[in-house]
Amino acid sequence: MLTASERRRAISGGALSLAGIALFVGIAVVILLAAGIESGGDTTLADPYLLRVLRFTLLQATLSTLLSVALAMPIARALARQPRFPGRLWLIRLMAVPMGLPVLIGALGLLGIWGQRGLLNQALAALGLSEPVSIYGLTGILLAHVFFNMPLACRLMLAGLERVPAEYWLVAGGLGMKSGSVFRFIEWPVLRGLIPGIAGLIFMLCATSFTLILTLGGGPAATTLEVAIYQALRFDFDPGRAVMLSLLQIGVTLVILAAMTLFPSPDDHGLTSGRPLRRIDGQMRGARWADAALLLAATLFIGLPLASVILAGLEANLFKLAGQAIFLQAAVTSLAIALAAGLLAVAISFAIIHARSVISAERKSALGLRGLAAALTGASSLILLVPPIVLATGWFLALRPFGDPSRFAAILIVVINALMSLPFVIRVLEPAYAVHRRRTARLAASLGLRGISRLRLIDWPGLRKPLFTALSFAMALSLGDLGAVALFGSSSLMTLPWLVYSKLGSYRTNDADGYALILGMICFLLTIAGTAGQGTRDDEGRQK
Amino acid sequence: MHDRSLMSFITGLALAAGTTFFAAQPAAAADKTLTIYTYESFTSEWGPGPKVKAAFEKTCGCTVNYVSVTDGVALLSRLKLEGAGTKADVVLGLDTNLVDEAKDTGLFDASGVDTSALRVPGDFKDDVFVPYDYGHFAVIYDTQTIKNPPKSMKDLVEGDPKQKIVIEDPRTSTPGLGLLLWVKSIYGDKSADAWAKLKGRILTVTPGWSEAYDLFTKGEAPMVLSYTTSPAYHMIEDKTDRYQAAAFSEGHYIQIEVAGLIKSSQNKDLARDFLKFMISPGFQDIIPTSNWMMPVSATSTPLPDAFGKLVVPSKTFLMSPADVDKNRKAWIDEWLTATSGN
Repeated sequence: MLTASERRRAISGGALSLAGIALFVGIAVVILLAAGIESGGDTTLADPYLLRVLRFTLLQATLSTLLSVALAMPIARALARQPRFPGRLWLIRLMAVPMGLPVLIGALGLLGIWGQRGLLNQALAALGLSEPVSIYGLTGILLAHVFFNMPLACRLMLAGLERVPAEYWLVAGGLGMKSGSVFRFIEWPVLRGLIPGIAGLIFMLCATSFTLILTLGGGPAATTLEVAIYQALRFDFDPGRAVMLSLLQIGVTLVILAAMTLFPSPDDHGLTSGRPLRRIDGQMRGARWADAALLLAATLFIGLPLASVILAGLEANLFKLAGQAIFLQAAVTSLAIALAAGLLAVAISFAIIHARSVISAERKSALGLRGLAAALTGASSLILLVPPIVLATGWFLALRPFGDPSRFAAILIVVINALMSLPFVIRVLEPAYAVHRRRTARLAASLGLRGISRLRLIDWPGLRKPLFTALSFAMALSLGDLGAVALFGSSSLMTLPWLVYSKLGSYRTNDADGYALILGMICFLLTIAGTAGQGTRDDEGRQK
Repeated sequence: MHDRSLMSFITGLALAAGTTFFAAQPAAAADKTLTIYTYESFTSEWGPGPKVKAAFEKTCGCTVNYVSVTDGVALLSRLKLEGAGTKADVVLGLDTNLVDEAKDTGLFDASGVDTSALRVPGDFKDDVFVPYDYGHFAVIYDTQTIKNPPKSMKDLVEGDPKQKIVIEDPRTSTPGLGLLLWVKSIYGDKSADAWAKLKGRILTVTPGWSEAYDLFTKGEAPMVLSYTTSPAYHMIEDKTDRYQAAAFSEGHYIQIEVAGLIKSSQNKDLARDFLKFMISPGFQDIIPTSNWMMPVSATSTPLPDAFGKLVVPSKTFLMSPADVDKNRKAWIDEWLTATSGN
């Protein structure tokens, strides 16, 4: 459907993105390895401690992933078939907040509900139970990982279910399909195609979890490889070992992800007229009550810990906090970093998706091209496994000859944050892109639209919304990130999460709670901006 | 049109951020600039940094420029990353446990500062690093929950496992390492047994002090590992004596914070002047109520009343930096084994 030059441009865009990612990671790793060889550190990996750590890393990540995905499925389904559930859109928006919160803040919110003095234990105490129920240990870790990742899985699944062509529902209605059959013939095939990708993403997030694991894990029996990497780099200053551990982390996870992709992925849907989606199943009284109960439970599960963050935050003097120069500086810095990282992530993602779609559209593509497509898929998701502290340290060393590395800190943080949000952005953008292409490719070709005019008349109007959703998502992720800033830290680079931590680090818990609330609000507003217009699907249908 | 206004807003934001980054770079040296590497809570608005800068600039005819990282450990990592090319003149914020490793970098020069008049418990003497404050590790407890606080480490280890404590991880934080050394100083060869017993009382082990202390003040556990000086903060800033330190009869392990000057510094005289200023009242007056640690020498006015109410350890433990450096890995392994099992 594309001209040869458009094809070439798309493929070279993809190749360029891949080269960029590979160079950025590669330079950091090589420099660190060289530094490791120079300092002659401890690079043996075969010790019982590491084996135990590896085993626990995989165990908790597997369980967290299974739970998150299994719980997300019924909730996404309930959301999809109850489009008029009161507060539905707000629940969807609420689901974006945990991802944007600094993990420690989310953990404290969870403890407000599930902790020793949390709502649950207070209720149990009122019922006469003398000993609090403790969640510290594997339970707490799983709870927190489900809290952070189930909403993500849910949003991605919901988006998938909503892309089911309206014609399917018409046919299903016409055939009088029961909800069991609807699930079997329509919903499950869609979910089955999404689950490996979502599960892989969550698995990587949980495998590299750090603060949550230590804080809620109850003791060193709960230790992940990421902790060992952090220790090697921060406390022992052993770059060689840090790189070896990172490679181990990537290698082991790669094996597991490869196993996941063995699941069959169903074919694409056929053409659709883009007619407004109107589901007619799930309207029986029983189904409605069951869905309502499920959605209420989900709202409470996600909402209560967030409410506890809000309550803690309201104890601070928010107006005074928000008026302080240091807050304004941090807010501007954070937003600028988030925006730059978000734009970069969306641009790279778009290039990757575009190149992949061009390659896969060809009937017989060269082996090299198929390799490129596979490499793009791999690189854009595996990036999550490279610890940001490894990238930051490597680049710090690499840039040292060119002057004070903290001068480059802003740029590095932007790039690292952008790369870390790639897998998410791609998952938001890719399905929308695929549907858009199927809808418009023939039309555009038949009208002879190409280049700028095609971009302006067809692509931008059709993809604007998913692009903004992806951007807001990437920005929220970047806003909550403390990671890379910590290493470069200089007073000129104060970000919001860092402000929260620095208040915490000096007894000022109240102020920290206040700033955490403000940070959460910003993430929430970003999500609202990113999902604007999603409540009015009918309008969207009419436009086309 | 809507989109365009958004874009211009976004561009404005980016520009504003850009300006912040550049404006924050030190102005082209008016005269001399003293670059001090330190940790973040020192330079924060509410920390001692701003006051110290103002006080020193009054007399030195120079500009003080801080570069701050998260904590003392990050400070040392940063120096190792930069090596001989470091821009630092003074490094402020290492603790005694890091001193040996810091010397191994070969980046530091003898301070040339007379520290004989300093009053620091634990007999720390060093010709490279100059102490500027200290604090004893202590178990802080919530008086609303705990009526009979532990009176010794033995009490803590053998006490009621239903009363929990939050501690820090020795693999990732200095207080965590401090507790490890404290237990080692008391129990020696029997440390592993002590940890195995204490394990039942540990609610959780956090990556750093901030997480632990936050869990404690949120009521998750009635005890936390912190400093004898922590109650002073609550008494002075929060006007409450709810949180108190438990005095342990065996004695307390000390954390001494030190600063040193960089061999390759272009401003060595200025750096040395700063180290001298650091142990004078002009600097020491600022420390207690902003860094919440004890001063190492006389302050010009007596300390606030709250400091008089703090626990004064009967005995101070301090291992030599060389011993710590040599044994740290083995002791951490011992700790891991003792606290990981079921």
